Amino acid sequence: MARLRYLPNVVTLALDDEKCVGCGMCALVCPHAVFAVENGQTRIVDRDACMECGACAQNCPAEALSVRAGVGCAAAVLSRRLRGAGPAC
Amino acid sequence: MTGPRLATSGCCASAGDAAPASEAQRRPIEAPYVVGTVSTAVGEVPRVATELRFTDKLGSWKARWAMGRMHYAVEPGLYAVGTPAPVSPVLVSANYKMSFDRLRSQLGGRDAWIMVLDTRGINVWCAAGKGTFGTDEVVGRLDAVRLGEVVEHRTLILPQLGATGVSAHEVKRRSGFRVVYGPVRAEDLPAFLDAGMQATAEMRRVRFPLRDRVALVPVELVGSARRALFLGACLLLLSGLGPGGYSSARAMAVGSRSVLLLLSAWLAGMVLTAALLPWLPGRSFSAKGAWVGLALFLCAASYEWAYGGLFGNWPTAAAWFLIMPAVASFMAMNFTGASTYTSLSGVLRETRVAVPIQIACGVVGAALWLVGRFM
Repeated sequence: MARLRYLPNVVTLALDDEKCVGCGMCALVCPHAVFAVENGQTRIVDRDACMECGACAQNCPAEALSVRAGVGCAAAVLSRRLRGAGPAC
Repeated sequence: MTGPRLATSGCCASAGDAAPASEAQRRPIEAPYVVGTVSTAVGEVPRVATELRFTDKLGSWKARWAMGRMHYAVEPGLYAVGTPAPVSPVLVSANYKMSFDRLRSQLGGRDAWIMVLDTRGINVWCAAGKGTFGTDEVVGRLDAVRLGEVVEHRTLILPQLGATGVSAHEVKRRSGFRVVYGPVRAEDLPAFLDAGMQATAEMRRVRFPLRDRVALVPVELVGSARRALFLGACLLLLSGLGPGGYSSARAMAVGSRSVLLLLSAWLAGMVLTAALLPWLPGRSFSAKGAWVGLALFLCAASYEWAYGGLFGNWPTAAAWFLIMPAVASFMAMNFTGASTYTSLSGVLRETRVAVPIQIACGVVGAALWLVGRFM
């Protein structure tokens, strides 16, 4: 099966190397293998695979990760745009 | 969000629509999936079956078709599988019955505890996205079921997709319980448990295979059917318009063809986009859907060229050239919510570009179609 990839260069994921302790929790919870841990240092190896679910930031004990977490759902985005605050999807 | 076995059920439903699980109709002890009880330090705990029965499968099927989906819940609390002891593992789940069923059906022949959170009848991943499958609920539920008195270890196994709402280190700090994230899919749980709570890289990946994509189509179809049928009815009525005034015979003749073209774009935009997702050109869902709509128009145009009678005149043909891709594109775009890999930032960008184009195509197409009525 061809790989499913969404739009490139859009996600808000950021890793602060200074704060990262290399524990690997982000790599473990990420459902799309965005991270790799090598020699006690975590790197973002596939940024465009990120779906901004927020699991990594939620489970980073060093608060080294930031991402505007949300659900990539057009229906929710549109209803929010139409009605101000709509259902969260 | 949706696809993975454990967590998915079409576009995430709003928690506000769901019945609070605490008001569940029956006590867990009387539920059909409960087969006896297990005695613990805190009293009797219901034991659940690990075989799914016909009613469970029927319930899943109905939920896939949006029947009773918002009230398909189990009572939150502690359950037993087999004859668990204080050393047996504790698995945490959502109180959406499909999530709960998927979990227990993988535990045949094992002894374990299941702690069901109150996620308002929403599956794990969607509830985690809303925060109801979250740190507060885990810590609060631990307290409510007095888990610390039932088991002597201090480890909880959570589905990996729960990590979107749960902070493992916060749970540890607040309750003393260590969170171990299990595999994404419940079907990998036996292998995970047998390997000493180790998940392979593959078990940690979310995929979106054909089987999962197709499973999500019915709920999307039901959700959009009312709007599609309303548009179809409008077309049917307007089809009576013509040079000599209104004619109901013409409404039926022209209208039935128009409704066929509209509903086929709606259906194809949903079904074909879902089925052919990896192979359709473009990364945005709206582009993939537009190609489906265009292909469908070309089929219709070929029919017109060979047999005639479908469009009748060029404004009508031009109208469908615009309307079919627009409708299919819109339907495909709404499948982002059901998919397992779209980001909010990506959807914000996609909708900003695609929706104005879809509206423009729809409006110009409708105008051309009306012009076609008088030619």
